[in-house]
Amino acid sequence: MSVMAKHAILEKNSILLLIGILLVISIGGLVEIAPLFYLKSTIEKVEGMRPYTPLELAGRNIYVREGCYTCHSQQVRPLRDEVERYGHYSLAAESMYDHPFQWGSKRTGPDLSRVGGKYSDEWHVAHLKNPRAVVPQSVMPGYPFLAQTELDPKALAAQMTTLSVVGVPYTDEQIKNAAKDIKAQATLDDPGAADLLTRYPKSTARDYDGNPARITEMDALVAYLQMMGTLVDLKLYNDKANLR
Amino acid sequence: MAQSTVRKTMTFGEGGLAFVFAVTTLLCLVAAAKAQDAPFAFHAYLSAAASVAAVFLIFRGYFNRPAQLPGQEVEDGRPNYNDGPIKFATAAAVFWGVAGFTVGLWIALELAYPVLNFDLPWLNFGRLRPLHTSAVIFAFGGNVLLASSFYVVQRTCRTRLAGHVAPWFVILGYNFFIVIAGTGYLLGVTQGKEYAEPEWYADLWLTIVWVAYLLVYLVTIIKRKEPHIYVANWFYLAFIVTIAVLHLGNNATLPVSPFGSKSYIVWSGVQDAMFQWWYGHNAVGFFLTAGFLGIMYYFVPKRAERPVYSYRLSIVHFWALIFLYIWAGPHHLHYTSLPDWAQTLGMTFSIILWMPSWGGMINGLMTLSGAWDKLRTDPVLRMLVVSVAFYGMSTFEGPMMSIKAVNSLSHYTDWTVGHVHSGALGWVGFVSFGAVYCLVPWLWNKKQLYSLKAVNWHFWIATIGIVLYVSAMWVSGILQGLMWRAYTSLGFLEYSFIETVEAMHPFYAIRALGGALFVIGALIMAWNVWMTVRSGEPAPVAQPALQPAE
Repeated sequence: MSVMAKHAILEKNSILLLIGILLVISIGGLVEIAPLFYLKSTIEKVEGMRPYTPLELAGRNIYVREGCYTCHSQQVRPLRDEVERYGHYSLAAESMYDHPFQWGSKRTGPDLSRVGGKYSDEWHVAHLKNPRAVVPQSVMPGYPFLAQTELDPKALAAQMTTLSVVGVPYTDEQIKNAAKDIKAQATLDDPGAADLLTRYPKSTARDYDGNPARITEMDALVAYLQMMGTLVDLKLYNDKANLR
Repeated sequence: MAQSTVRKTMTFGEGGLAFVFAVTTLLCLVAAAKAQDAPFAFHAYLSAAASVAAVFLIFRGYFNRPAQLPGQEVEDGRPNYNDGPIKFATAAAVFWGVAGFTVGLWIALELAYPVLNFDLPWLNFGRLRPLHTSAVIFAFGGNVLLASSFYVVQRTCRTRLAGHVAPWFVILGYNFFIVIAGTGYLLGVTQGKEYAEPEWYADLWLTIVWVAYLLVYLVTIIKRKEPHIYVANWFYLAFIVTIAVLHLGNNATLPVSPFGSKSYIVWSGVQDAMFQWWYGHNAVGFFLTAGFLGIMYYFVPKRAERPVYSYRLSIVHFWALIFLYIWAGPHHLHYTSLPDWAQTLGMTFSIILWMPSWGGMINGLMTLSGAWDKLRTDPVLRMLVVSVAFYGMSTFEGPMMSIKAVNSLSHYTDWTVGHVHSGALGWVGFVSFGAVYCLVPWLWNKKQLYSLKAVNWHFWIATIGIVLYVSAMWVSGILQGLMWRAYTSLGFLEYSFIETVEAMHPFYAIRALGGALFVIGALIMAWNVWMTVRSGEPAPVAQPALQPAE
């Protein structure tokens, strides 16, 4: 009985065929995915990484909601031109708190993983309201509505709680003070700024959208953009540490 | 006939499902009342309305049917095929196809002329792009797969589709999922994972529908009258099972609140990236390839009236294809923070994958041996055959692009977009059009399509559209990739990013033109389908089917 003839057994039994398919499709995924949960290079801790502040998280939610990932990547490859254009190549640890990851797959616009601090807040606000006002050749959509939409600070505590369940190390204190921290980070010289800085090292607090009267979605998105890639001091990063 | 003595009672399926939907209506109303955000409330009301409609439809079906459920066989012993749900899915496929292609054209125009975003949240590219991809892949492609798989499994097993209400539940439930997902994107409800954007409650609903789909399909195979399971069914079965596994793995999310739309995926960073492209690439491998190969294995031999070229080849390429595809995901993550070994593994398997892919192409094309002359006279067969040729082209291009050196240039550029569309428009699109052109006269009992000439027009207009689309994206993709890495003689980067964006404009305009031609082709198809159903010549009375030789 040849192998081909033995195949008739599967062709005549739907359950065996089903089990065969399940076995065959399981192997590749198991081999490629399972090790990523214990290999050193994929779970290393890098100094400087911290969870997002509530305002940055709100900004990230807007980034996801508007589908920014359909045109912008957040992943610098270790290629000469990319490193010169965008900065140090991306580390796995830099997206360790990203649920979901936003590495993207298309660069209709430039990579954003190290955009923080490259432009002023005013530039970001003007650019998001009308990209062609500051970059005439741009094909990006305008997002003027962000500056008119008030941010709901109450929603963030529940979102941080959920994130802490899936592994982001938010403390009870951070969750409890979420609304307070949003106000502190989006306002210039807010008395809560010192507490914010203790809870979230390297965070910056100011009125991002240039409208001190309200805390808007524009504040949140610009705060997120301005912190991207600023947490890890890559001059101190030892890229040989994981070589074995 | 002792029909009159049977007392009319509701089946367990009818009664049970009506009860479940009645309860669901209440639950949805509670959810709407407690909703934490407006889109969730909207979807809860929509679900409540759909549940009421489901209860109504179940009761209407019950009151309108005779006491006895439709029998397994008609009088002369032939199977009593259940084609109602298939008709609906076929019509839905045509509708979603036109809608999905049109949204694609719109966003192509947005990239060429950004003023078309109108600064509105629900018209901006970022929200419309998932609408386009989901509408063409899941709404158009999904309905073609549902319709063709239900048609093929009945004919090749010579038995009626399993279940009385279940097939309708699958078809209508799936299309309701599409409505929830699509309206969600416009309202900003998304998980932010490519090709898996629908939020947790839509995912949950799809899981229920998909399990029902698997059961209907499997039970139909189990009660088959043919000794062997036909090859098309292996591919459909692999598609249904694997999509279930992928869907569950990549959508493991935790909702922030049971009454809100927002959720967070349990995976993060590099693990999430690997899960995503394990899912993403196999959505291509199993939804857009295995499923549609099932279509090829039934409709090409049927239309050409020739047997499948090689039985051996179908066995070898089936198992090789489903085994190898799963490994290919990491080629979407070349040079990223994913470990190198995983990238190399993904690349290696992607290149090996070229072989079973071409095994399928050869099996499809060579099925025409002895019937090649039909390509001159039958535009439907031509469409099917050209789709297989496009399949061959894009399954060569894919492995090539998965080579790391090539990928370092092509990744993040329009080359990827062009590659996807040569597969999506050429292979999936054309094989679907071919299947729809076959199915419509068969399902509505017409002698033939209303106009074969219109099929010919559709074929040529769409083909020119694809050529324009794909070649524009090749040029723009390679051009942009080269511009990004160009250096001046002094060792500086030659172009700023925005200069590379500016250089894309003419190609974006050509791409939009190609897309417009593809939409026009689809509109011709919709008209032809409509006219066939409305005023096609009825088919002659069917001859009794031959018994299989055993």
